[in-house]
Amino acid sequence: MTISPDVDRRFRDAALALGLVDVGYDVVESPLGPLFVAVSDEGLASISYDTRPEEQLDRLAAFAGPRVLRAPRKIDLARRELDEYFAGRRRVFDLSLDLRGLAPFTVSVLRELARVPFGETTTYGALAARVGRPRAARGVGTVMNRNRIPIVLPCHRVVGATGNLVGYAGGLDRKTALLELEGVLL
Amino acid sequence: MHAVSIPPFERFYEEHRAEVMRLLRRTLGRERSDDAFQETFLRALQAYGRLDHGEHLRAWVLTIARNVAIDALRRTRPTSPELVEMPVEDGSPAYAELAPLTDGLPPKERAAVVLRYGYDLSYDQIATALGSSAEAARQAASTGVRRLRTRRTGQ
Repeated sequence: MTISPDVDRRFRDAALALGLVDVGYDVVESPLGPLFVAVSDEGLASISYDTRPEEQLDRLAAFAGPRVLRAPRKIDLARRELDEYFAGRRRVFDLSLDLRGLAPFTVSVLRELARVPFGETTTYGALAARVGRPRAARGVGTVMNRNRIPIVLPCHRVVGATGNLVGYAGGLDRKTALLELEGVLL
Repeated sequence: MHAVSIPPFERFYEEHRAEVMRLLRRTLGRERSDDAFQETFLRALQAYGRLDHGEHLRAWVLTIARNVAIDALRRTRPTSPELVEMPVEDGSPAYAELAPLTDGLPPKERAAVVLRYGYDLSYDQIATALGSSAEAARQAASTGVRRLRTRRTGQ
């Protein structure tokens, strides 16, 4: 028996209104393709270029709790800021972030990463130095590769010491597109 | 032995919503089943964070649906909640054994006994299914068991 979209939506809205959702998610359209966006009460918890929920839901439940629900309204604010960013009308995100479940080193690297401004780049080594671990450039690379909140935590602004783009979990095409959007690459 | 892990709620919801809606349509009709559907999954969501394990979730959610339906029927027709059948889990020997044994118990006691002893659910989970407190669920189960004992020794 199919559930009418109206009944389904009413349940999802009511669940949110009653505060019963640990993490709400939905898919956001963007110039880089669809993005899986998840928000908890702590803040933005995940952005992924892989929009298949089966790949995402267990990962979210592991740090935020099992009440993971597709809930478009939960991500309204994140959706709006992403739309503005891609439209060239936003340079800084004002979203709080949910970094639960991440190792202390990862969190300190991501906090430094968050300070790299729109339109600028840094290197893996420089970021490592800024968290007091100058020899941990590879470790920083791993943190970038596993960055749970790309775009908002701008790992696309981190490049190799010689200026080469190195890599990007979402593919180098997307890294290039983001740096073009920010005017770093022409 | 590892307990079956609790699936993310979205997966649980997608897996069981069609069957829950079928049960509610059968017992309440089209008009009232939409509200009961929402109530069922809100009750499930309310308890979901406190589940101990992910076993027998189908029986659990169908029991919640059944009790939501009973509540809805009570509001309009004071009698006849017996019309609502217990959920049957395919190939579950625990339930199959308990079903004839618990036949004739009042619905809440029967649900409590089957969920506690057939499915090994916690009183918290049973409470959600029955729309009552954990203490009331415990009492319903123990009253049910006592009633069954009296009945057996009386035979």
